[in-house]
Amino acid sequence: MEIINVMNRIDKLFQQKKENILSVFFTAGFPALNDTIEIARQLESAGVDMIEIGIPFSDPIADGPVIQQSSKQAIDNGMTVKLLLDQVREIRKTVSMPIILMGYLNPVMQYGMDRFFEDAAAAGVDGLILPDMPFDEFESSYKEKMEDLNLYTIFLIAPTTSDERIQRIDQASRGFIYAVSSSSTTGSKNEFDENQIKYFQRLKHKQLRNPFLIGFGISNKETFSAACHYGAGAIVGSAFIKLLSTSTGLVTDISTFIRTLKS
Amino acid sequence: MTYTIDERGYYGNFGGAYIPEMLYPNIEELRSRYLDIIGEADFQNQFSQLLHDYVGRPTPLFYAYRLSERYQAKIYLKREDLCHTGAHKINNTIGQILLAKKLGKQKIIAETGAGQHGVATATVCALMGMECIVYMGQLDMERQRPNVERMRILGTTVVPATSGNMTLKDATNEAMRHWINNPTDTHYIIGSVVGPHPYPDMVARFQSVISEEIRNQLYKQEGNPYPDYVIACVGGGSNAAGAFYHFVNDEHVQLIGVEAAGLGIDSGESAATTFLGKPGVLHGSKTLLMQTEDGQVVEPYSISAGLDYPGIGPWHAHLFETGRVKFLNATDDEAMKAGIELSRTEGIIPAIETAHAVAVLKKMEFSPDDVVVINVSGRGDKDLETYIRWGKY
Repeated sequence: MEIINVMNRIDKLFQQKKENILSVFFTAGFPALNDTIEIARQLESAGVDMIEIGIPFSDPIADGPVIQQSSKQAIDNGMTVKLLLDQVREIRKTVSMPIILMGYLNPVMQYGMDRFFEDAAAAGVDGLILPDMPFDEFESSYKEKMEDLNLYTIFLIAPTTSDERIQRIDQASRGFIYAVSSSSTTGSKNEFDENQIKYFQRLKHKQLRNPFLIGFGISNKETFSAACHYGAGAIVGSAFIKLLSTSTGLVTDISTFIRTLKS
Repeated sequence: MTYTIDERGYYGNFGGAYIPEMLYPNIEELRSRYLDIIGEADFQNQFSQLLHDYVGRPTPLFYAYRLSERYQAKIYLKREDLCHTGAHKINNTIGQILLAKKLGKQKIIAETGAGQHGVATATVCALMGMECIVYMGQLDMERQRPNVERMRILGTTVVPATSGNMTLKDATNEAMRHWINNPTDTHYIIGSVVGPHPYPDMVARFQSVISEEIRNQLYKQEGNPYPDYVIACVGGGSNAAGAFYHFVNDEHVQLIGVEAAGLGIDSGESAATTFLGKPGVLHGSKTLLMQTEDGQVVEPYSISAGLDYPGIGPWHAHLFETGRVKFLNATDDEAMKAGIELSRTEGIIPAIETAHAVAVLKKMEFSPDDVVVINVSGRGDKDLETYIRWGKY
């Protein structure tokens, strides 16, 4: 298959850019069902480096109220995995940055794991974040298939993750590692405390094989720039979804939001 | 055929620990220590003593004369309704709070649907002087006000879950989120045989005292520890797990799980997971789950708040798949009638959950010598409002 010879867009990004990488998370099908496509396009033109599109799930245990609410609305809007893959194909016609899909295991399982990997790769998805997928199950059942498809799996690490486990996750990860900034659900905090800074420093000094991006609680330019000081960049989610839920003009609001973050 | 859990935490195709990394250390701590702690003589002594002196165990195994005559079989009632707080739930909360203390935890969280597990948790927290927060769906708080107040009297903080449909499933989500945000000093007491490994196994072990007692009591009363049938209702499945536990390898003992059919299996308002569910992942384990084609979890319905959970414990999913447990169901109406029947024939007003188990007597064929044990998982005091509203007595 020719796809194997093409460099994964995530690798390409990290090769070209070593710092201040901005990745933005948003829920597919929110606020309106087909907004997914327009939001992706606007984020790329606003200068975002990578996007993570959330597959909505009825019971998102790792998420705070903002993402929960957006997921519920997206499901009510009629969002499905199949529809999302159609939207990604549409997005790929004009958008060249890496696209990651992030979601809980159950909707993906019902779609069919192998079929999902194949269809996602074919649609132009570069990586997956499946936070409740057990590490062992990935290694025994999915790793090979995903590697064949050049589809990356991004794992999370948290402040409570042991050193030994970080090493194991680093070995298994492709692309980058998602460092959760605190022991919390998404969107919980607005600034970093001393313990979080210590944890970022610890990660920085580890010289991991993969670069890491910091996510959870990145809500403004202060937290974004602090995160970039330790990691290769950061991921903004809840704060962006908050913007989407109140926005009356997506184009201007997205570009202002991103400009402010990066200033 | 094996019905036990394997070293990876699976019962056949079901179980496991499907959790985000933020919960991994909590679950790993439990997984790596629960068997050792439970096995300690000191733990066992404290557990048995509290079950005896505080919960009031062993609970009676009562030969139900009139019911036996009516159904032409030897029907025994395992009286879990006589446990302190009125249901079997406290067997598990006693076990888990002792475990939490051994793990050095200072705070307890729990989820609750109808409030029985919440009350059982609030009770043991008061007993042990531990801080307790119980998550309860806002809708359930309105429906089960007396239990909310019982928890508050016991010193527990009841936090309304306002996400989703504001019922048990959402309360469980909120409790898991709380645990993610408070990973080190808090133990999460899950109330049923659900959740990530090791919870299903741990809760089943704490509830297994039910079948251990049934065996001993039957031996004394019938000269044979083995019944022909054990019947128990299944929501998440903790009372059934406890009642089946010590019989599961004795294939001649027929195990019957009874699910809530709500308004009827095909009505769209049901909680009969083995009939309506498909394999899926919820609350940390792979199990049978009521869901849409797209994998969104469906809100179940039953008149009994303790049975309207969209999944069943992974062990039950395995017992269903292997055919070891036969699953039947009862509608709201059948259960309510059975609740009245048990009240009138034996002078026992059962919880509506339990009434579902009683309801299947009508659907089964017995020989006169058959020994049938029904697990009376809880008493009906909490359901008085529902009985009154139903009104047909």
